Parts: sequence; structure tokens; C-alpha cells
Amino acid sequence: MKKEELPQDDSALKAMTRELCYVKDNDGKYTTGLSTGWDVKKQALDNAWEDINERVEEARKLVRSGEKSPIYYFMELRLMDMPVLSGYTGFWSFNIKRHMKPDVFNNLSDKKLAIYAKAFEVSVDELKNFKG
Amino acid sequence: MDKEITTFKHIQAAHCENGATTSLLRYHGLDFMTEPLAFGMGSGIFYIHIPILSINNGPAISYRSMPGWIFSRTCKSLGVKVVRKKFGTNENAAHDFLDKKIMEGVPVGCQVGVFNLPYFPPEYRFHFNAHNLIVYGKHGNDYLISDPVMETVTTLSEEDMIKVRFAKGPLAPKGHVYYPENVHKVDNETIKRGIIKGIKRSARDMLHVPGNIAGVDGIKYTSKQIRKWRDKLGPRKAGLYLGQIVRMQEEIGTGGGGFRFLYAAFLEQAYQYVPNEQLLSISEDFTKSGDLWRESAVQMGRIYKGRINNEQKDFEVCADLLLEIADIEKNAFLKLKKMNF
Repeated sequence: MKKEELPQDDSALKAMTRELCYVKDNDGKYTTGLSTGWDVKKQALDNAWEDINERVEEARKLVRSGEKSPIYYFMELRLMDMPVLSGYTGFWSFNIKRHMKPDVFNNLSDKKLAIYAKAFEVSVDELKNFKG
Repeated sequence: MDKEITTFKHIQAAHCENGATTSLLRYHGLDFMTEPLAFGMGSGIFYIHIPILSINNGPAISYRSMPGWIFSRTCKSLGVKVVRKKFGTNENAAHDFLDKKIMEGVPVGCQVGVFNLPYFPPEYRFHFNAHNLIVYGKHGNDYLISDPVMETVTTLSEEDMIKVRFAKGPLAPKGHVYYPENVHKVDNETIKRGIIKGIKRSARDMLHVPGNIAGVDGIKYTSKQIRKWRDKLGPRKAGLYLGQIVRMQEEIGTGGGGFRFLYAAFLEQAYQYVPNEQLLSISEDFTKSGDLWRESAVQMGRIYKGRINNEQKDFEVCADLLLEIADIEKNAFLKLKKMNF
């Protein structure tokens, strides 16, 4: 890629920094250039976020209809998956899956709820009373 | 606490670990160090597509070697001792150790998670735990931070620092800090040997890792998967998968073209130490490969921009491009492997 071909499109990154890229100068030698963004990857990131928002919305509906416990919703909201949530709580994913069942969730001890609440950065009340 | 290591110089890099390696070694007097040299000596270039495993609900693909290896390998090649410390879950010990090193005037590299990194834009905060930054001082409650991917220095509060150093999940940093120690002068012969070693190791990794998911074979594997995605996942999800490839390949931290331009720049710089004309022509091969990776990103972008209005033949075009790339890289690494230095 030549230096003058380096895209200077809009991106969320602009608020933080321009990013350094390796490009060729006019003599065909490598140099560095700064880019504000590239539409091709902005679109990929926008799509990823649209997908995340849809997943969160879907999770909300599943809590509302009583199919999933709030743990499932907050996991999606915080962009977590099983390995990440397992890391933050110390629970095995097998147990987390059980805790996502409303019946099991309703009988969780305050101690366990507090661990989840901390992982999601919400209060125990918010977690317990989330209805979707 | 008030301390600033004023002789530390912030250097912006494409990739955080290269950048941390470069600025820490330069701080210790190794003025020849550049990002491409660190990347090449540390054999940063790689490719792997791990089947079944999914990351952020997309394919698990990486264009570089394991986090931490670039720094370790580059330092080892140069005979520089690396000190690394992890603290399990002991946040206090991690905090005290960092502050102690800063007071001693030692800039320290820290592995952090980006999910809670306040100066990252929200759109970029995923649970990625292998980001690197350098602490070079502390004013009151705030650490002075040199984040290699940024144009300027920044700060991070004590509370945020603990959070990002103790992010959880895959590759959890566990307070991980690192810094070079007892750095001696390095002669050109050592640099030359380090460069050759880095090149040979990359050639081995890209050509001879067993199985079909890593190195050049891994690129072919992805190509094969792309042909199946539309039928298997449906047009929308298949598009999201392509988007994930493009992000891994082009997002901040890669220098563009999935690190291939960075590697081409390395070979060009390597020529200054190892004057073999072949390095320059192989550098061109990697420029070509990087350009094709960019082209494949543009092609994938057309697919996911239309969301569901895509056709199987669009996917075939992407898959074919990847085969072409695999071919170019295979030949380039074969040439590097056979080179007599």
C-alpha cells in the first residue's frame, strides 16, 4: 500500500488516536503513515455492534418470557461469553448454564448473586429484579 | 506519589507488543530498535484459524504469534534478560510492586484487558486481555501511561489500573508486569544473528506446523471454510463472520494487511544488517500479499455491507483471493527458508 492510498475515513477510533500503518513512500521504501479510519473496517465494527444489540434485545425477551434468568441478559449486555463470565465469577460454565434457568436462579444464595452482580457491575437488587 | 521517568520516550507503534518492546529496549540504550525489527526478530508473523472455538460469536483467527512471545524472543536474541511477574489474584501485591518499580525509575510493561480501559472508545472495548502499555510515572492517583498504539501519552487512575490488570477470562493478565534488566550494548553481529533466527523461525512456523489450521495451510483452511459459510450459516451470519476476519486483519494493532506490511518493512530493514538482495525482493512479495489481504477485505466488505443481499459467488471470490495469498506466502517463506546467510 502506498502512503497516499492510506484511507482517511471516519471512525470511532478518531476520538482516541489515529492509527499507525506501514506504507510505501514515493521511492518504494517503507515508512509509516497515520490513518483516521477505513470504511471497510468501520462497517465490520458497526455490523458487529448491531449484532450485539440484537443479541441483548433477544436476551431481554427471553428473560421477560421466563425462559432465561437475568444472568443470561447481563452476560450478553456486558459482551461476555462463558469463558469470560466463568473467569469473573469463578463458577464452572456447567453451573452458570444452570443459573441461567429461572427456577435455579430464584433459589440462588445472596452470596452467589453478589458474585454475579460484581461481575456485571450492577447491584444485587438490579440483578434480582430484572424482568426484561 | 509523584514520579516521572523523564528520559522515557513515548513511541507510537502499529502493534502494542512490538511498541512496548521497542520503547522499553530503546529506553535501555538499544537505539537501533524499531517496531519492524522487534516484530521480525520476535517472529510475530503467523496465521492460525482455530476450528470450533468462537470469539465474540465469530471465527477464531489470528495473524500473529502468541501474546508475549515477540517481547521474549526479541530480548532473548539480543541477550537481554526479561523480568516477568504475575500476581494471581493478589491485587495489593500487584499494585505495590508496580509503584515500587516506578519509584526506582524503571518503566514497566503491563498486560491489560481493554474492556475497562477508559481511554479506549466504547466501540472498541471488548474482552480482549492481551493489550500492552507502559507505565513511566505516577502523579498523585494517576499513572502516566505510554500506550504504544496511541499518538500521545495518557493517564490511568489507580482504580482503573487495578481493573484492567485484573481483567478476567481467556489470557487473563493476573497483574502481569515485565521489563528488561541488565541491558548491555548489542553489536551488529548479534542483531544479524537475531534477524536470521527470527526469519528461520517464522519460515518454520508458516510452513511446517503440523495440521492444516496453522501457517500457510491455515490460510487455505479459512478459504475452504468461507466457501461453506453461506450455506451453513445463512447470508447474514456468514457476512458477520467475514466482518470478524476483516477486524482481526485490519483493526488497530495490525499495521494493515494482517501484519504483512509490517513484515515487509522488517525484511527491508533486515537488509541493512544482512546485505542480501533477496531480502528486498521477498519484502516485495509480502507487500503484494498485504495488498491482496487488503483487497480481500474490500471484497468481504462489499458482502457484509449488503447484509443479506449477497451471493455464493461473492464468497468464492474471497476464498480464491485467500488461495492466491497462501500461494504467495508459501513461496516467500520457502525462499526465506532456503536462504543462506
